[in-house]
Amino acid sequence: MSLLDKLDAVAAARKALLPEGVEVFGTPIEEIYSATAAKIGDRRILFLGTNNYLGLTFAPECLEAAHKAIDSEGTGTTGSRMANGSYSGHRLLEREFAEFYRCHSCIVFTTGYQANLATISGLAGAGDVILIDSDSHASIYDGCRLSGAEIIRFRHNDAQDLEKRLRRLGDRSRSSLVIVEGIYSMLGDRTPLAEIVRVKTAYHSTLLLDEAHSLGVLGQTGQGLVEETGLLDQVDFITGTFSKSLGNIGGYCVSNHPQLDQLRYVSRPYIFTASPTPATIASTRAALRLLREGVELRRQLWSNARNLYARLKELGYQLGPEPSPIIATILDTPQEAMALWAALLEHGIYVNLMLPPAAPEGKSLVRCSVSAAHSSEQIDFIGEAFDKLRKTVFHQH
Amino acid sequence: MASNYDDILQKLREHLKQFCPPDIEITPDTDLINQLAIDSVKLLNLVMEIEDEFDISVPLNALADVQTVHELAHLIHQIKSAQ
Repeated sequence: MSLLDKLDAVAAARKALLPEGVEVFGTPIEEIYSATAAKIGDRRILFLGTNNYLGLTFAPECLEAAHKAIDSEGTGTTGSRMANGSYSGHRLLEREFAEFYRCHSCIVFTTGYQANLATISGLAGAGDVILIDSDSHASIYDGCRLSGAEIIRFRHNDAQDLEKRLRRLGDRSRSSLVIVEGIYSMLGDRTPLAEIVRVKTAYHSTLLLDEAHSLGVLGQTGQGLVEETGLLDQVDFITGTFSKSLGNIGGYCVSNHPQLDQLRYVSRPYIFTASPTPATIASTRAALRLLREGVELRRQLWSNARNLYARLKELGYQLGPEPSPIIATILDTPQEAMALWAALLEHGIYVNLMLPPAAPEGKSLVRCSVSAAHSSEQIDFIGEAFDKLRKTVFHQH
Repeated sequence: MASNYDDILQKLREHLKQFCPPDIEITPDTDLINQLAIDSVKLLNLVMEIEDEFDISVPLNALADVQTVHELAHLIHQIKSAQ
């Protein structure tokens, strides 16, 4: 099969699965009105499929900081952090993240994806072993591949299964890296961090926690699951992203291990890419301040999340195992999921669609992401739409 | 060594029955993807069952070269022998 034949096969598979004329993936968004409203096609829709958990994308403090940075430092750095791309803002943001986590060091990356790629491939290499949760994000899988280390999966959120695999490694567990996520992006469930810490400590392994979906969402000051569980000091490395609660793009890694700084010299995804723009850095610094002080935003976020989760459960939808700002409705077939996705859009609500193999266990997901910027009236409106669609999409009474 | 491999092959066949259409007999040459329609996710879940059965861990990296039942049995045999 030629290179182009392979792409033709992908196109044929897409055509067989997806209905004509419905742009389920890469849906064109024409205008953005606010953190929760946009125009798709010719109509106004409510966003329920972003990662804008704290609703900070239009925060005046962030907009102002971005405007000032563009005016004073220009549109881009045009260079790597390794070369001409380390402005004072980049270094200050690293200091502020390190201070936020009370950690020795922080490195800022251009995207969250690269934060995992760079950290994982910088820490582990040929001869090492990385143990990952089976529901890990693609950036974790790809970081593992880039590292050249042996990759071993353990069952999702199953610390006993992890322990079994560490035991099999014998002395090699001492040069192993365990990777888990604060909140998993598919079903919105949390890693059992206390049990994972117990196991990694017993086997002298190293633990990396990805707080991409839990930064700003969990903990009094929004540090994530480490703060919620009081286990900050037990986790070796924390990665995360600016593209969710911070309403921007970029990523970070923090650690108390001073060796983290050496990643700047060995990690290709850090070295061989341009650094974040001045506007990105300035608005992320402003957003981080709002995140730390955002107790009320988190209260609103969780109120919205719990209310919508309870309403959808009451309506009989099959959901992820626990309330969270990620509320995944689980459908048996891609056709059911696409029908629900399209019907929600007809009702003026945009959500995310996940089809196999991206969704776990061969299921399909219609994934709602709740924001602190949603009003309680909007949450009620979403609940009403799901109620109507339960009767039409699933022919229930 | 041969009997170990044969034992592994036999146990592997039992695990693969769940994927096997009635008109196909599982032989060492059976293609996991094209004949048993085991996609990447199903293969990863199958490997977890196999890992428990043989008390081994199979690195994902090693699965890239596995296409047939024989290749999977051979990989398990190699890992088991190295323990």
